[in-house]
Amino acid sequence: METSGKEHDARMAPTVILAEFDSARDVLHAAEKVRDAGYVRWDTHTPFPVHGMDKAMGLGDSRLGWIVITCALIGLSGAFVMMHWMNGIDYPLIIGDKPGGAPGTLPSMVPILFELTVLLSAFGAVFGMLGLNRLPQHHHPVFESDRFRAASDDKFFISIEADDPKFDVDKTKSLLEKAHAAHVEVLEEDAS
Amino acid sequence: MAYWEPIRALDEMPLVKPGSTFKDITHDISVVSEKPAPRGWWACFLLASTFTGIFTVSVAYLFYRGVGVWGNTAPVYWAWDITNFVWWVGIGHAGTLISAILFIFRQRWRTGINRFAEAMTIFAVICALIFPGIHVGRVWVVYYMFPLPNQMSLWPNFKSPLIWDLFAVGTYFTVSLLFWYTGLIPDLATLRDRSMTKWRQRIYGFFALGWRGSNRHWRNYERAYLILAAISTPLVLSVHSVVSMDFATSVIPGWHTTIFPPYFVAGAVFSGFAMVETVLLIARAVFKLDRVVTMRHLELMNKFLLLTSLLVGYAYAMEFFMAWYSGNEYEMAHFLHNRPTGPYWWAWLWMVIPNCLVPHLYWFKRFRTSIPVMFVVSILINIGMWFERFVIIVSSLNRDFLPSSWGLFRPTIIDIGTFTGTIGVFFTLFLLFMRWLPMVSMTEVKGTMPEADPHLHEHETKGEKAEDAAAAAGLVPEGAE
Repeated sequence: METSGKEHDARMAPTVILAEFDSARDVLHAAEKVRDAGYVRWDTHTPFPVHGMDKAMGLGDSRLGWIVITCALIGLSGAFVMMHWMNGIDYPLIIGDKPGGAPGTLPSMVPILFELTVLLSAFGAVFGMLGLNRLPQHHHPVFESDRFRAASDDKFFISIEADDPKFDVDKTKSLLEKAHAAHVEVLEEDAS
Repeated sequence: MAYWEPIRALDEMPLVKPGSTFKDITHDISVVSEKPAPRGWWACFLLASTFTGIFTVSVAYLFYRGVGVWGNTAPVYWAWDITNFVWWVGIGHAGTLISAILFIFRQRWRTGINRFAEAMTIFAVICALIFPGIHVGRVWVVYYMFPLPNQMSLWPNFKSPLIWDLFAVGTYFTVSLLFWYTGLIPDLATLRDRSMTKWRQRIYGFFALGWRGSNRHWRNYERAYLILAAISTPLVLSVHSVVSMDFATSVIPGWHTTIFPPYFVAGAVFSGFAMVETVLLIARAVFKLDRVVTMRHLELMNKFLLLTSLLVGYAYAMEFFMAWYSGNEYEMAHFLHNRPTGPYWWAWLWMVIPNCLVPHLYWFKRFRTSIPVMFVVSILINIGMWFERFVIIVSSLNRDFLPSSWGLFRPTIIDIGTFTGTIGVFFTLFLLFMRWLPMVSMTEVKGTMPEADPHLHEHETKGEKAEDAAAAAGLVPEGAE
């Protein structure tokens, strides 16, 4: 799919421009330039989270915390309802002359209230993270590049998608080249 | 020495060997699963899977005949099964401690060992969960433990610590698994991208979920990791506390003590660190990982062992003190006579000597940095901590209030087969993990390297501080005179 330097095929339409950088520093400064140029549908790809990249890309805070707190409250109230209903209402278990449900047995409910809060929070954190990231997604235009394999090893990439309103093959390419990209390629797909 | 020096030194000294590049890290760790396994791996695997076979046979016979094939009998109805359960759960705790608590405290040296320790947690908790599962006698109704509708229309009694335990250990296993897998996703993507064959690419690719190192993803990923660490921290403290309540809420002298929850947690971390070290030393030798698992990691772990050994020793001493101070004759008979001089005095010595005395070697740097010493000591601690649980469980039960009901516990061959079998299961799983998954978190190790800092060398060009660059390159700890 790599077409840089090859003859252009009319049936192919660009999907992504991919720029490769050699260091975390280069990609961070390039990201600042792409942000300032006003692109919105773009991303950086790094083998590890680069410190300060959120700011360089102009990204806000993750919304994951709200998902997790919701799950935590569901876990807490679910555990309470389960124990109160099972031991207090559906089949009252009176042991040591103590009633089975709340409020009398609230102290002995604490461990399970806690455990289920934690369990549901963990589900919220992991599945919420995958949901916000739209993962699993095994197909993505950037995977068409052979060079992109190094994104999980020691290279740093910026990808700008063709459906960005500011996208223009030549202008975008030259922006990335000016930002000290080590290599820039245009990824294309069959548009017919 | 300035007050801040130890903390700064931890941050500034090289975590990987100076001169290593990102590519070296990727290569050193990924190549383990790409090359044929070394001969040492096969030798270990053969041994471990033999014990897994012994485990399978022992458990099959147990299911066929019932729990009578174990030595459990009046008055010792809880014996090796619960000893093994508590021992294995405890071992798991160091994994969560390293991955969650040290993460929150920003102890970046954990990166070399956290994947390892998390894997150990999962396999140890699997081994632990086997025992409550098989000790119930009628395994075909094991689902009575769960709050599920059943033919008796009965629900579990939520006032019982045993059901708390089920929820605690079940949650612990699930959360540990999620935490471990979340940490693995970027590294699985690395293995996918390096794969030479179609099958490797498909299998690693499937589990990597299409990870593409996107910063928009890292943002949520890092937050998820932080939240998991934050909730795992109280979780790990709760798990062994709840396990200890299985004992502490009873009225048996030797069990009925309020010190149990913190005492069990300290013991769990102690035994877990010892097990991480045992396994790490083997893996480091077999797979030659000294570039990422440096002597500094091992020395820090030994300091941790010394600290937790002191905590455990304090708890032992406090049990003695409370028995005497309570003035209760049953407590005194138990702690002051039965444990040190009763029929299980040798088990008591096995508990005290390796757990409280041997770790004092680590006051000396010479022993903290000697690999043969730490290998032997870590194994001794593992044994000592098993005997701690044996002493708590068996020697508390064998002589209770009435001398007419006293008795002795003797393990049978099936007891021994089941226990040694779980060690085989643990190592089999571990060896498979080491062979097929990245056993050190490449992502995190790269993130701690000087080159990962996007502002590296900027100080230098601005001429602010020339020694900063040298410190970042790992040559001198900053602030060292």
